[in-house]
Amino acid sequence: MTQISATLSRLGGVYLLPVAVSVIAFILIGAPSSWVTLTVAGLAMGMMIFLMASGLSLVFGLMDVLNFGHSAFVSFGAFIAASVLAWLGGWLGADSIALNMLALMAAFTAAILFGLAAGWFFETVVIRPVYADHLRQILITMGALIVAEQAILAIWGGSPLSVPRPNFLQGSWLIGDVTIEIYRAFAFLLGLAVYIALYAVLNRTRIGLLIRAGVENREMVEALGFRIDRLFIGVFMAGSALASLGGAMWAGYETLITPALGAEMMIVVFIVVIIGGLGSIQGTLLGAILVGLMANYIGFLAPKLALASNMILMMAVLLWRPNGLRPAVK
Amino acid sequence: MTQVTNGTRIVKAIVLLIGALLLFAPFLFQDVRSIEVAARICIFVVLVASYDLLIGYTGIVSFAHTMFFGFGAYGAAIALRQMGPGWDAVALGALAGVLVSIVVAIAIGLLSLRVKAIFFAMITLAVASVVMVLASQLSQLTGGEDGITYKTPEVFKTAYKLVTDADGKVVKVFGVKLNGKLAAYYFVFATSLILFIALLRIVASPFGTVLKAIRENEARAEAIGYRVVAYRTAVFVIAAVIASLAGTVYAIWLKYTGPDTALNFSIMIDILLMVVIGGMGTMWGAVNGAVLMVLAQYYLRDLMGVAAEATANIPVLPYLLDPHRWLFWLGIIFILLVYFFPKGLAGTIMAKGART
Repeated sequence: MTQISATLSRLGGVYLLPVAVSVIAFILIGAPSSWVTLTVAGLAMGMMIFLMASGLSLVFGLMDVLNFGHSAFVSFGAFIAASVLAWLGGWLGADSIALNMLALMAAFTAAILFGLAAGWFFETVVIRPVYADHLRQILITMGALIVAEQAILAIWGGSPLSVPRPNFLQGSWLIGDVTIEIYRAFAFLLGLAVYIALYAVLNRTRIGLLIRAGVENREMVEALGFRIDRLFIGVFMAGSALASLGGAMWAGYETLITPALGAEMMIVVFIVVIIGGLGSIQGTLLGAILVGLMANYIGFLAPKLALASNMILMMAVLLWRPNGLRPAVK
Repeated sequence: MTQVTNGTRIVKAIVLLIGALLLFAPFLFQDVRSIEVAARICIFVVLVASYDLLIGYTGIVSFAHTMFFGFGAYGAAIALRQMGPGWDAVALGALAGVLVSIVVAIAIGLLSLRVKAIFFAMITLAVASVVMVLASQLSQLTGGEDGITYKTPEVFKTAYKLVTDADGKVVKVFGVKLNGKLAAYYFVFATSLILFIALLRIVASPFGTVLKAIRENEARAEAIGYRVVAYRTAVFVIAAVIASLAGTVYAIWLKYTGPDTALNFSIMIDILLMVVIGGMGTMWGAVNGAVLMVLAQYYLRDLMGVAAEATANIPVLPYLLDPHRWLFWLGIIFILLVYFFPKGLAGTIMAKGART
């Protein structure tokens, strides 16, 4: 038994979970082509959720601040991207990939810029006065979420908004009898790129070193003379920007968005962060991929259970590891 | 210890006044809407007070309180629809709601109350949202988005005559017909009063003192020898049971149960607002908060509509005053309250007298 667990942890420990899940799903599904489609869909979904959740997790790890209003960035990102895309509709419909790309980039940039600005505003105005007071933090960020949702309702109205997709991301590839939606592959690649960038920043740069040290022991880093609070604003802004980018990606994925989007995504993001363990990027990625895969597999195998699948996953993980799979915060 | 200050006296006097107004509400305000408002206030006083037991007295934030409210409401609704109107159905429904609430509360509590408070808040939010989705999906049982309409026991029908005179007509007292509607209102009032007094009793008991100790300093309470997890789970279960009973009573009053009346997340937000406006950690505050919020919900929105129409010619104002924007303003007021008056109205007034 100990030998088995030793071998398992050498092979990657909890990181094997998504692999195990997909292997079990492969046996249960039976048809390789639908399994590939589902896996790609799950990975793409997981990557988008990762974008939304990473900021929340890091912010919590670094400053012990849990932002219940985080999903406001997601929905604002989605709506801003949708508006920009609708505004640049002519470029999207054009046949040239360059114009398509340009429109998409414009939408993403708008979402990211908004995320940065809103993150700065949120951190300095809303959260700063209530550091270290969890109760008031929860209440205030919840209040901010209400205000933000109402603002979205006031600006974009309550009816669903359709989001145009750029031409070159329409349709799907057909490899043998496997269909892969291009947008999903694109979402996966973009998420992967962001993860690699984050990983590199956190593990290869001086700022990343400070952030990791801050997560581990904030007082000590402060005692050594580093301005953790400034670092924190940066992390908060980056996290908000990532959430907005995730929202923008999600808008293109769903193609029809409603103001309820933020509230829906908030639940998923929370579940991911709980599963993964607060404060670590790897944990968040793991949780996001697990949730994405499970949602797609169970949606295929037992559609009735699909809604509860995240819940069951969360319960199971919490029973096994009360602090999540890979917590960075003790 | 809380000393008896002038402020405390003022707050208690206000609460007594509210109680008296609610007691005579059917006679004082003789239109249908006012009775609706009064009944809603009764229910929400209990609901908010039970939530205050969690957030104000023990310092745990749960977003699943409406879920328990919903369990009670749906329990009664399903029982009344399946078994027909009768007290046995009401009792069975209430019992079922309470049992489900207890089981779920214990499960959530034991799973997550030993970790950080913030984890608990997230987990309750996740559970509550899943239950909400389930309720709208399992439409054979819960009626889905449409909800369930049903008949309540004979006594509560508007056509039912409580007291008849020689001609077989309903007797009027001070111009109020003694019919089933009145009986239903007093049923709501009496059960709410009993539940509220039970809550007051719990807070004043040694158990309540331990809760406050846990809120103030968890490690010290643990060190003195109180099992914090057990106490937290216990208080979570108590709050859940009371919320569930309040849900049953509300279901009987409304004769309809649906996601909008019993499970919606907006009810949770209402409860939060009421607790914070009234003042956390004081049962009296719950009364004030519930009264203010319910009155605002029913009358302020109308007022905003009137104001928006009156200012229709001025550029921005009517847009800001649109009744649809009301939650927006409420959210901002909520944030400001948490910043500047974390004790809420009742808490602030009660603290006023303490210095003199």
